[in-house]
Amino acid sequence: MPKVFIPTPLRSYAGGQDSVDCAGATVAEVLADLTARHKGLEKHLFDEAGAMRSFVNVYRNDEDVRYLEKEKTPVGASDTLSIVPSIAGGSHRDPLAVLTDRGGS
Amino acid sequence: MHDVLAAIGNTPLVRLTRLAAGTPHVAVYGKAEFLNPGGSVKDRPARAMILDGLARGLLRPGKTILEATSGNTGIADAMLGAALGFPVLLCLPANAGPGQRGFLKAFGAQLVLTSPLEGTDGAARRAREMVAAEPDRFFYPDQYANDENWRAHFTTTGPEIVRDTAGRVTHFVAGSGTSGTFVGTSRALKAAVPGVSCVWMQPSGPLHGFEGMKHYASTEIPAIYDATLADATLEIETEEAWEVTRRLAREEGLFVGPSSGGNVAAALRLAATLPKDREHVVVTILCDGGAKYLGERFWEG
Repeated sequence: MPKVFIPTPLRSYAGGQDSVDCAGATVAEVLADLTARHKGLEKHLFDEAGAMRSFVNVYRNDEDVRYLEKEKTPVGASDTLSIVPSIAGGSHRDPLAVLTDRGGS
Repeated sequence: MHDVLAAIGNTPLVRLTRLAAGTPHVAVYGKAEFLNPGGSVKDRPARAMILDGLARGLLRPGKTILEATSGNTGIADAMLGAALGFPVLLCLPANAGPGQRGFLKAFGAQLVLTSPLEGTDGAARRAREMVAAEPDRFFYPDQYANDENWRAHFTTTGPEIVRDTAGRVTHFVAGSGTSGTFVGTSRALKAAVPGVSCVWMQPSGPLHGFEGMKHYASTEIPAIYDATLADATLEIETEEAWEVTRRLAREEGLFVGPSSGGNVAAALRLAATLPKDREHVVVTILCDGGAKYLGERFWEG
């Protein structure tokens, strides 16, 4: 199952875990499974209309899904998704490279 | 004092005439901290912590200045390190924007990028680990726990507001990262101006777009924070802060960053609640300039 990495400020809404294994074949499906498992995450990730909040960035492995196929981006069983707080609403080329450098921790 | 150090502070108060047009009984001012030489309010505490380190012999030739930062304190440290001849090493979350990194590189600072999932708490942990591993190598101001941080505002920002409003300030509004600005300025105002009210701005949720600010309910509380100073708390949504940031540029000619937008959004909300039978003077902080955020999507709105 794809693993979703949770940023520190949201871990209290995910049972204190830093990652959650979720089912799904697209970003939308995986995040839907995540918020079904941890209902408290939903309002922090999505607005009232159900769209991903503009200051939340989701990366498949180390690529921003905004530059892939957004919510429809395919997710394989060995992929990871990372929910990265966007400090100022922008997205930057490869902030997750630092995770790769550190062995994905 | 070295020239660039002397250029820090004494920033003007700028009246927000158009954004606050709906509340003519309230004068809303932004303190133009983006005019500091390093481009942000953080020049003040960085100068104070570095001068304190020099005075106490903790910072001396051969030492490297090490700090954890989401951007502006690092830029201030990098500027001051360059001016004083000290190398600067900064632990920075990898999701800090390219604007921040560009400023830091321009001043010659070295960066240690930390996990984007862990924000400034992760950067601070990394800095503590590095100090523990090589205690003789670094001067670590530790802005989250250093009393010189809030004292910089107690001795400069607060008195400047009292002076420049001729003591007429009735409300001070600011959000917090380390809380140095809110704590130090509030203490100074409360000591000098009877009845002044200090309003704490908080991002409305744990994920937000307020560069440099923390959502205290979901992150480590800085050691220097003092919850007794806030007479009220206003929560602001990121989208509202961004909207106000755009309006500051387009209607007031003030090109500032999103945290300034958050502070001004809170100041405007407060102004709308103040009784019309008397005049009020609301002061908030324009934390930094907009240049570092030029690549961000929120300008497109």
